[in-house]
Amino acid sequence: MDDLLQLKNVSKTFGEVTALHDVNFHVGTNEIVGLLGDNGAGKSTLVKIITGYHRPDQGGQILWKGKKLGHLSVPMARDLGIEVVYQERALADQQTLWRNIFLGRELSNRWGILDIQAMTRETKKLMSTVMGFTSSAVSPESTVGTFSGGERQGVAITRALYFEAELIILDEPTMGLSLSETKKCLEFIEGIKAAGKSCIFIDHNIFHVYPVVDRIVVLDRGTIAGQYMKNELTLDELLDRLYRVAQTGNLEQNGPATR
Amino acid sequence: MNSVVDAKPVPPTARTKGFSRLLRKWSLQITLTIVAILIWAFFLWRSPITFQSYDIYNSLMLTTPFFALVAIPLTLVVIVKEMDLSFPSVMAWGVAAYELVYVPTHSVWLGFLACLLAGLLAGLLNGFIIVKLGIPSLVATIGTQYLWRGVVLVTTNGQGSGMIEVKNTILYPLLTGKIFGIFPNEFVWTLALGVIAWFFLNRHRFGAHVYLSGDNADSARLMGVNVSRTKIICFCLVGMVAAFSGFMVSEQLLFFWPTLGDGYLLNTLASVFLGGTSVFGGTGTIYGTIVGAFVIAIINPGIVAAGWLAYWTQLIYGFIIVASVALQAVLRRRFS
Repeated sequence: MDDLLQLKNVSKTFGEVTALHDVNFHVGTNEIVGLLGDNGAGKSTLVKIITGYHRPDQGGQILWKGKKLGHLSVPMARDLGIEVVYQERALADQQTLWRNIFLGRELSNRWGILDIQAMTRETKKLMSTVMGFTSSAVSPESTVGTFSGGERQGVAITRALYFEAELIILDEPTMGLSLSETKKCLEFIEGIKAAGKSCIFIDHNIFHVYPVVDRIVVLDRGTIAGQYMKNELTLDELLDRLYRVAQTGNLEQNGPATR
Repeated sequence: MNSVVDAKPVPPTARTKGFSRLLRKWSLQITLTIVAILIWAFFLWRSPITFQSYDIYNSLMLTTPFFALVAIPLTLVVIVKEMDLSFPSVMAWGVAAYELVYVPTHSVWLGFLACLLAGLLAGLLNGFIIVKLGIPSLVATIGTQYLWRGVVLVTTNGQGSGMIEVKNTILYPLLTGKIFGIFPNEFVWTLALGVIAWFFLNRHRFGAHVYLSGDNADSARLMGVNVSRTKIICFCLVGMVAAFSGFMVSEQLLFFWPTLGDGYLLNTLASVFLGGTSVFGGTGTIYGTIVGAFVIAIINPGIVAAGWLAYWTQLIYGFIIVASVALQAVLRRRFS
């Protein structure tokens, strides 16, 4: 499988705190990678490096389709086709639905004048085709702060989808969702695979991650503790090894996953 | 494609339809307009002679713009969840910069340009201290308020100066003339700035980023919005408009006092908050601010014309502001 994204020797420190240490990580084309790890393992920092929000410390490299990237910024990552659905959804609660869908990427002419009609029209279309908002009480002018957890997640995912990403990163997308909303979310991840795109699925819950991913990477205390192809071990075996990571900080007893 | 969330019907009480939706969207503006009309109607009833004459409106159109002008960009600063208390001093600093350039060059236009640039510089300094050094805007702008007042007092030796030279340039009629002999240009400039600010806030990418930066700066940053730049531009706009307003006041009097700007702080802030802009950021309108400024402006002459002692002014200011802001909070909760 060709690598879509590759991180080589990436570290990130915030003052005295080392959030990531010498991380080597890759995502293949049309691959779903499950990224597991406890709170503070460095998952969100890794995501923010991939999306250009944080810069890695000196020495680390980011490669996209084999090409080394210089200083990756948020707009640059988006232009490459990296979209992220953040843990905190990255929504602006007091703003309308259409403003949230086009947050930071407003449709405008060369002078920066907004094409509100087009954004409202596109949002309306997305509401019925992707988000599944059929109630007439919800409109593109509705304030996102009034939405349920699942609906908010829907907005964030739709935003990622709309801009035709090649790599979609879902940072704990099932957090705060009901069972049926979680099921929909997992179906959506399978849809990413079917559409030929790649995905990094980050979650605490192994029961959510295991069924939909191709490979599992375990991050612990800022380092890659190990990685496995899903077909190499059963869910029970994986659970067993995750307990070991919690105790020892290392999963590599049976060797890393083959590529 | 599958929908990503369950399409659960939403209770009609949570999100209302059609007319109610419009009412919710414009509730603050509608309330403020009704409050303004009620106050005006009350004064009209109490003192019909005064409030049926052109003079009172002429006076309002001449004096309100000095703080209404600054209140417009200040609305943007409050929407991005910041505060600027330094503008009264910047009003004076702008005119002091005019004097500093005019005296050696005898060019009114160069002086005027220096005035605007001085305002821009003051705004940049605020923006830099707040955004780059991370100092809370309330603290930073209290500091720069003293700083610019100090600069003015030191450069002028605390002495006022005449500005009669401005009268011989087109700037004088441009800023203080009248359109159709009815509308003072001060008022026209305020409306023009209001329209421009409204356009940029509601129809331009910059305005979209202003709302997003104030609503949720982290989300905005994650989605690629340059929050720092947006905030710095807002502070620069306040600085430039404060200097412009200061120049306008001095030009109207053809005299510059180093204490210029004192007394405008609370009126300007009250206009912004009375206009429905939330101190929590993310919401606010230019229309609300302009109406808010005229509500603030009408109270004092209204009370005097009604035959009451001017001592009542503060009490009624306070009552109207507290009642109006409380009503806005209730409406926000009711319709959100």
